[in-house]
Amino acid sequence: MARKFHPQMATGNDLLEGDVVYFTSAGEWSRAIGDAALAVNPEAAADLLARASAFPNQVVGVYLVEADLDDCGRAAPAHFREVFRTRGPSNYPQHGRQAERL
Amino acid sequence: MYRYDDFDRDYVAARTAEFREQVERRISGGLTEDEFKPLRLMNGLYLQLHAYMLRVAIPYGTLNARKLRQLAMIAERWDKGYGHFTTRQNVQFNWPRLRDVPDMLEALAEVEMHAIQTSGNCIRNVTADHFAGAAADEIEDPRPTAEIIRQWSTDHPEFTWLPRKFKVAITGSPNDRAVTKAHDIGLRMVRDDNGDPGYEVIVGGGLGRTPMLGKTVRAFLPKADLLPYLEAILQVYNLSGRRDNKYKARIKILVHETGEDEIRARIEAAFAENKARLRPLDPALVAAIEAAFAPPAFEPPIDAAPALTPALRAFIDTNVAPHRLAHYAIVTVSLKPIGGTPGDATADQMRVVADLAEQFGHDDVRVSHEQNLILPHIPRRRLPEVYARLKAAGLATANVGLISDIIACPGMDYCALATARSIPVAQEIAEAFADLDRQRDIGPLKIKISGCINACGHHHVGHIGILGLDRAGVENYQITLGGDGSETASIGERAGPGFAYDEIVPAVERLIEAYLDQRLEPGESFLAAYRRLGPAPFKAALYPAEARSDAA
Repeated sequence: MARKFHPQMATGNDLLEGDVVYFTSAGEWSRAIGDAALAVNPEAAADLLARASAFPNQVVGVYLVEADLDDCGRAAPAHFREVFRTRGPSNYPQHGRQAERL
Repeated sequence: MYRYDDFDRDYVAARTAEFREQVERRISGGLTEDEFKPLRLMNGLYLQLHAYMLRVAIPYGTLNARKLRQLAMIAERWDKGYGHFTTRQNVQFNWPRLRDVPDMLEALAEVEMHAIQTSGNCIRNVTADHFAGAAADEIEDPRPTAEIIRQWSTDHPEFTWLPRKFKVAITGSPNDRAVTKAHDIGLRMVRDDNGDPGYEVIVGGGLGRTPMLGKTVRAFLPKADLLPYLEAILQVYNLSGRRDNKYKARIKILVHETGEDEIRARIEAAFAENKARLRPLDPALVAAIEAAFAPPAFEPPIDAAPALTPALRAFIDTNVAPHRLAHYAIVTVSLKPIGGTPGDATADQMRVVADLAEQFGHDDVRVSHEQNLILPHIPRRRLPEVYARLKAAGLATANVGLISDIIACPGMDYCALATARSIPVAQEIAEAFADLDRQRDIGPLKIKISGCINACGHHHVGHIGILGLDRAGVENYQITLGGDGSETASIGERAGPGFAYDEIVPAVERLIEAYLDQRLEPGESFLAAYRRLGPAPFKAALYPAEARSDAA
């Protein structure tokens, strides 16, 4: 039996700032993971990656990551590496995306 | 200190200008990312998890006050106010913006520094004993040799596209503080029967996926034969090293697969040709480089022993090493405050160390592969003041060589290659053993942590090594025991199954309890006890449930 498809979102790093960005359902790149578009089947994932890759001079290293919906229905990464990418380094809470929440 | 000549200065300036143009072309869309990536990597610019990272070379780990102050300025102006000193004696800035990097490189060039060859399949920054020129046990300062190798290897046309990266380390002392056996080439200064200095040449060491200790291919190489011989090693590697498989591309695999005798024969054959072909180094040039590393104008002995408080005495016991002159000392500035990030220094801290180097330390600062800074030439009478000022800056933790003096790679807090975090594991181990009296009782102990199999944290040569992995989507930490990076080098042995993130610190605590129970006397170090006892009692401590079921 085929493995159950895990919903996916597209992420990358901003060319100028280098920080983490997510591709939204509006077809733009956003710094807010809550805006990330979710692909729920393989065809949608391929389409999402293709659309997200159309900004080569804005975002680099585009790839798909597995995501789950949190309690509020927003996309959240499934793997710990991607969770860290939503935050920043654990040794300096004042640095990275997590700083905005301080 | 070696000063750039016109050639060096023009070369670095040209490269900086070239990279500025490349960045502009990337931003304007004239270069694709695929085109730009190798160009930025050649200039030390990586893209990490949260931001770009600029890796700056510190040749043979040697700085002066002016360079360190410039690093502080760069950290404040274009980064987040700190730098991270690495196991390769480099410094990394973790938050540069792409547009700012050319300015950062220009600021580095102002103080004769750059980020060239800190990435890519080339000869990387040459590392050296961080006590070079100061150590009491030294045969000769290895840095003139390191500088000759730097000049020879920078942009060497034949060796810019090697099968894989290539690292050279050199020590001038029989006590190996440069981990020479874990480098592609390790050089150890030795004397021949006539008392003339030369090199023992070790080839094919390395850590990473396949850890190996290097093999001695030449027990004594006369100094004059250095470059023809190194060039021979690189030629053999460049021609025969594997390019079919990235994981088998380092010279250690070539040495292993070809065999020590055959490799030696090929190197010697190439060396004979090189020696006939290459002009010997211009003695005037060599003399000029040697003069750049001449000892500073040491002050004469003054008959006044400093007053020692208990805290200063404790600091001297751990952080001060014997200098070649009895009235001088080598001071290690700990970048391992309990709970801090190993190797990180703020801009303010860099300036404190720069000031101390300038005022008391003959303007000399070193970076150690153990991620500390060194003031190599401090008159002993100045120790109270140096200590007081380091302490005020949070730089005087008296833990050098002890359990909290941990090497940790950036791990998954920064690095795009990492499979798990390293830094918080180091922080939590240091906090668990925060009491310095307890640390001194445990004695010399090197814990080294890597956040992936590439082993930037040197875990294979840690007395206790920790390797962070991703096991089915969860951080998992493997322990190796009995590793050693010194002149008695050995690769640590894997103890058994890995530990979850919240289990790794208790596992280390059990190891230490087992050691304290089993040691013959307080003077028997963890490593000595491990070598005497073997892994069994330590494995029993790590895996108590298994030990119980075996006994049942």
